[in-house]
Amino acid sequence: MKFNRFIFANLFRKKIRLILTIGSFAVALFLFTFLAVVRSAFSRGTELAGADRLVVINRAGLINVIPLSYRDKILQIKGVKAVTHNNWFGGVYQDEKNFFPQFVIDPENQRQVMTEMRVPDDEWNNFVKDRQGAVVGAGLAKRFGWKVGDRLPIKNALYGPTKTWEFVLDGIYHNDHPGGDESQFWLQWKYFDETIPAVIKSQVGWYVVKLDSPDDAVPVAAAIDKGFANSSTETKTETESAFAAGFAKQLGNIELLILTIGGVVFFTLLLVTGNTMAISVRERVGELAVLKAIGYPDRYVLFFVLSEALVIALIGGLIGLGLAVLAIPVVGAALRGLLPPLLLSVSVLSLGLAFAVFVGVASGLLPGIGAMRLRVVDALRRV
Amino acid sequence: MIRVDGRSDSPSLIRVRGLNKTYRRGGENIQVLQGLNLDVDQADFVAFMGPSGSGKTTLLNLLGGLDVPSAGSITVAGDEITHMSASKLTQWRARHVGFIFQMYNLIPVLTAFQNVELPLLLTKLSKSERRKHVETALGVVGLSDRMNHFPRQLSGGQEQRVTIARAIVSDPTFLLCDEPTGDLDRKSADEIMALIEELVGKYHKTVLMVTHDPVVAARAHTTLHLDKGVLVEAERKGVLVGGVA
Repeated sequence: MKFNRFIFANLFRKKIRLILTIGSFAVALFLFTFLAVVRSAFSRGTELAGADRLVVINRAGLINVIPLSYRDKILQIKGVKAVTHNNWFGGVYQDEKNFFPQFVIDPENQRQVMTEMRVPDDEWNNFVKDRQGAVVGAGLAKRFGWKVGDRLPIKNALYGPTKTWEFVLDGIYHNDHPGGDESQFWLQWKYFDETIPAVIKSQVGWYVVKLDSPDDAVPVAAAIDKGFANSSTETKTETESAFAAGFAKQLGNIELLILTIGGVVFFTLLLVTGNTMAISVRERVGELAVLKAIGYPDRYVLFFVLSEALVIALIGGLIGLGLAVLAIPVVGAALRGLLPPLLLSVSVLSLGLAFAVFVGVASGLLPGIGAMRLRVVDALRRV
Repeated sequence: MIRVDGRSDSPSLIRVRGLNKTYRRGGENIQVLQGLNLDVDQADFVAFMGPSGSGKTTLLNLLGGLDVPSAGSITVAGDEITHMSASKLTQWRARHVGFIFQMYNLIPVLTAFQNVELPLLLTKLSKSERRKHVETALGVVGLSDRMNHFPRQLSGGQEQRVTIARAIVSDPTFLLCDEPTGDLDRKSADEIMALIEELVGKYHKTVLMVTHDPVVAARAHTTLHLDKGVLVEAERKGVLVGGVA
């Protein structure tokens, strides 16, 4: 286009200011993208939760246990297809910083309920037969370089005096859902129940209930809770997505925090870029007046200012997104275990680019309209 | 032939009738131009002189379509411009007026070539046609060898030559010069005036110029003196031809 040279020449007239403005955009876009990725990581549990699954916990809270005997009663409720149970193990592999979630599972029903987590049959059969067997997610195995057959010592202090539990890695599961969790460590219920002190035996952390149909969720949840009402251990049953959302909320209102920070980033960037463009236009009042005098229509003047703002936004935005592409896997690896996996999707990148374009246009709009409305006679008098 | 009595019957290139301009400042009406008449033909060279506030620049702005009169009419090459919309006036300026300013007002980040090319970017000329026109204009002002220089690499006189090249590159109907030598030393001013004379004499351009400098004004065919918004005196090549107020 014949005006490209003019637009780019104007952009480069104050190089330091240009670099600083592009830098602001790049940092803001990186932050925006990072926040979007964290938000998506926290909400992924809710998005990927099975629509046909319920989670039953102790009404007093997730850290309180429920009797194993409830399983058979739950199974008798109409609309329930299968039931499995889990406990939080909470051990340490080599060092506390190597955190990953460890769950005690019920091998008999796990695969009927958690259908998206797939383990090859031969590996699963070995696990079922192996009292000290373990199955881990593909991501976790990759993180520590584990392979089937490895011996894995896990130190645990939650159930009696601190001791090291020995496991043999029998299988590796993969999640059918893209971005689904592959960071868990599973151990056998029997091994766990036999080893823990007698006083806490036969108590599970929570049940996961597979339904015949997602439409049964509300009546079945009500029936479960009603069945255990007024007992010594009352239950609270909710859909898996509601449970995941509630679990994420225990960390604080992540959504609000991220949206607040994102909003501050957005307005700061808008003000910084808008101010830069306003200064840039003010410095060029005489030149813009000359352009209008020699026949450039108002819309061209607006177009020049908007184009400059847009080019700054696009260059800064692309640098910021590039930084995000490079840095998020590194940051994600460093925060592994502390945060859900950080996945930078195409949709987040597109959203970032749209954000950059929007801020670019918005920041150039007011100075551009000001330049457009400039009266040539007044502007030339000021020169 | 320039006439200021408003009685010319023959069609002139620029025809001004009963031109008034009033500004409102601080609740008070200030009449800058009062009932001004003017007829300017093709290849005329007119200088406007007068004390500050006499209305010279206002007259130039009105003639260039940069401002609109409070009353009266301006007709250029048959086009009555006083009632044109702002966008029509912008188009008209691009086609008919070449501006030469005292402070040059070149775009500092563009080369001489690119500055001169600016008016042509609004036309449908191809890149090679634009290049040809720009080279011709820069050749006329004697800057063929400075095409790729930026304004900061040129002297004041050379910058003003670039401004003149920018003004003539689209072959406008007339040129408006606002103190074209006001920021130049005498030698450079003489060179610029010689160039403007050449545009009039050789290329038959019509030039209307505002100046404070009687030496510069003496180069014009006719000098019109303004005072408090009215034409008070006319000189043809230094010879007083009478009061006109």
